[in-house]
Amino acid sequence: MELIKPGINLDFIGKRRIAFCLSAALVLLSLAVFLFKGPKYGVDFAGGSVIQVRFSGPLDIVKVRDALRAIGIEGATVQSVGDPRESEYLIRTEAFTGKPGSTDTELPPRLQEATGLSVEIRRVETVGPQVGTDLREKALLAIFFALIFIAIYISGRFEFKWAQSALVAVVLGGGVYAVYSFGFSLVVLIWVALVGTLVLFWVLGLKYALGAIVALIHDVTITIGVFTVLEKEFTLPVVAALLTIIGYSLNDTIVVFDRIRENLKKLSRSPLAVVINRSVNETLSRTIITAGTTLLVVVALFFLGGEIIHDFAFALLVGILVGTYSSIYVASPIVLSWEERARAK
Amino acid sequence: MKRLSLRLAIVAAVLAAAVVFCVPTFFPGLTRLEWLERKRISLGLDLQGGMHLVLEVDTAKVVENAIGRIQQELREAARRKQIANLRLDRPSPFKIEAQVQGSENVARFKELLEKDFRDLRIQRLAEEPERHHFILDLPEAEAEQIRKLAVDQALETIRNRVDQFGVAEPDIRRQGERRILVQLPGIRDTQRAKELIGRTALLEFKLVDETHDVQAALQGTVPPGSEILYKVEEDPATRRVTRTPFLLKKTALLTGASLTDARVQLDSQYGEPYVAIEFDRKGARTFERITEENTGKRLAIVLDNKVYSAPVIQEKISGGKARITGRFTLDEARDLAIVLRAGALPAPVTVLEERTVGPSLGADSIRAGILSIGIGSLLVFAFMILYYKWAGVLANLEVLLDVVIVCAGLAAFGATLTLPGLAGILLTIGMAVDNNVLIYERIREELRNGKTPRGAVDAGFDRATTTILDANLTTLITALVLFQFGTGPIRGFAVTLSIGVVASMFTAIVVSRLVFTYFLDVRRVRRISI
Repeated sequence: MELIKPGINLDFIGKRRIAFCLSAALVLLSLAVFLFKGPKYGVDFAGGSVIQVRFSGPLDIVKVRDALRAIGIEGATVQSVGDPRESEYLIRTEAFTGKPGSTDTELPPRLQEATGLSVEIRRVETVGPQVGTDLREKALLAIFFALIFIAIYISGRFEFKWAQSALVAVVLGGGVYAVYSFGFSLVVLIWVALVGTLVLFWVLGLKYALGAIVALIHDVTITIGVFTVLEKEFTLPVVAALLTIIGYSLNDTIVVFDRIRENLKKLSRSPLAVVINRSVNETLSRTIITAGTTLLVVVALFFLGGEIIHDFAFALLVGILVGTYSSIYVASPIVLSWEERARAK
Repeated sequence: MKRLSLRLAIVAAVLAAAVVFCVPTFFPGLTRLEWLERKRISLGLDLQGGMHLVLEVDTAKVVENAIGRIQQELREAARRKQIANLRLDRPSPFKIEAQVQGSENVARFKELLEKDFRDLRIQRLAEEPERHHFILDLPEAEAEQIRKLAVDQALETIRNRVDQFGVAEPDIRRQGERRILVQLPGIRDTQRAKELIGRTALLEFKLVDETHDVQAALQGTVPPGSEILYKVEEDPATRRVTRTPFLLKKTALLTGASLTDARVQLDSQYGEPYVAIEFDRKGARTFERITEENTGKRLAIVLDNKVYSAPVIQEKISGGKARITGRFTLDEARDLAIVLRAGALPAPVTVLEERTVGPSLGADSIRAGILSIGIGSLLVFAFMILYYKWAGVLANLEVLLDVVIVCAGLAAFGATLTLPGLAGILLTIGMAVDNNVLIYERIREELRNGKTPRGAVDAGFDRATTTILDANLTTLITALVLFQFGTGPIRGFAVTLSIGVVASMFTAIVVSRLVFTYFLDVRRVRRISI
């Protein structure tokens, strides 16, 4: 069986301007949404409580809200989870943040009184503001180090210039340390590392590494944008999913780039555009199949994995779709554009 | 041929080891080997249900208490040395302000400080022959020592309490400087456990101030040296809470530190549970003296600033035994006995983070996780067989082997399987076939280019191998970062993903090649089903 016919030759490179415009629009839109609308943080990062309750009989969501108001919990968000025939709800509130521990003493009897149904508390997650700050820091550190390690790895990986890679490591490390010693926050540090990486790759002429890191930023930014637009919460598992997307996105890019370098040796006479387009086509079958099998399991996880893992699976879903697109339309065309610019000079 | 059998031996060894390490988890007790049986996959709190608490010890309070004690000692010592005209104040919780007047008093006080209170830091505000004015506090190193000790002691006390409460495999450890992590797997009555752990359990015996009126004190004029504490009672039927005020002397005559034992007993008349306590020898003597000196007065039993009872002392009590009553249920009495036996926390603790998963939700999560793994892998398997025929079957078998290796790895490292960990296994299944896809696509290409099966297989493996190694390395890098910075459940994900990635590289590169070589070289197969 074959999904993609052998010898296929679609003109991906020819359409790269359209793809660039689309990608740039999506990335800018994501950034705008993230900056102006702002992400929604889960209890992990914002602090507060999430309580998952199940009532013994049918109960409308409006009644749950009324019951909560009746017992003096204002401003709680209530969300139905699981099988809609079972009355199971997720209650998010700040009410217990100051005095964690009061949830299971006070909530069940009072909800029971207010609704006349017996209540089972299935899950409680209470994060105080201090721990919220700590967890945010940990997540940012994880993103930061993932970025640094990946940058160093890919700077050496594609052109086997490990001396340059060492240079990248030293410059990035030194720069970030300098910024750090001025006492800037982790968010600033991440931006510095990101921009520093891009500039370094540009200056050193590491075109493959540049293409890979742009594709990676593209994938993660758009996933974050989709999350923000849909008002999904950022939690620890979602950050884990974002890091997994980084790994996945690079994985795809590496396969295509390896083929480009192989074909460059074979077809040294052909122009780069032709070589790149041919390489993308040759690996297309693999790209589609891998995305397909990974999507199959992620979709299974999304629909069957249950409430707790839902957003994690969703982040992976978006990331894999965007990552597959970017390994075809973003990563390799960037290499070509860089090369064309360099020639023009 | 020789290389083939060597590779076969390696694969067989890995396979055997993987299966062996999986046995204790899925068939506990089967092997009867103790070292092996210990290596089982443990389920995370999110899968088996349980409670995760992060507590913070209020160490500032401990230093404050220490300063309070020093102030008390200073006052007593000054009285013994007959130092008059001494004023001791607390301008801040961590400082004592001392003012002495009269040259005789100044001299004696200075001598007292130099002899008995040498570890205090002294700041002199005024030093005249007739009047001295000091600020006294603890040097930072000393305060730090007190704080550190308090956290150690709190950790020990909580450990004792949990042990006596009876939780299987609790995990209680220090986290950072002032935090204590408590993990209680499988616990059902989380509320009770939390109260047991978080209670300070400071037991004090205080005399009731009978020379002043409670009502007058409630109006606002609390006499110096006394305080108002409440007895709180809840009617079990109506759940109405009554609060009865008591005016008590501030000084505790005896505390829970002098206890040697606390047991639940049943009242012989009404069958109501109470807690019988027993003092150590010194405590018993003190108790005897208190009851002798104060016969006819009321002695209040105070726990965490709540009055439990305030009986009239009928006669001198020797033998060092007392009882705490207070309309307890049997569970309440049992928990009170536990906390009294385990001792008081040196300072109050607050809950910074709580994550509780009920057993029913944990079971649901396991079911959902296994269901999605089952359906997800069936979809992938079906696709692989349709697309790559016999080679697809081989890829599927390798994925199954990967899952076995992941389980074995989890067991061997004593890692914890969490819900994100299950997701990691599923993701491994989806991504593991990628390695086979890379190789198979390459072989197909080489076949199309007119190579012989043998040549195509060799070229396919050779060309795909470096790509596979490098592509998987990126996933490994992110997984390692996640492991380093992740919390419990996320670490589970990082672990399963890392083992899965390594296992799938092994099976795709080594096992696949072995099977292909076998069929091509030994069975002399002419056509590849791919």
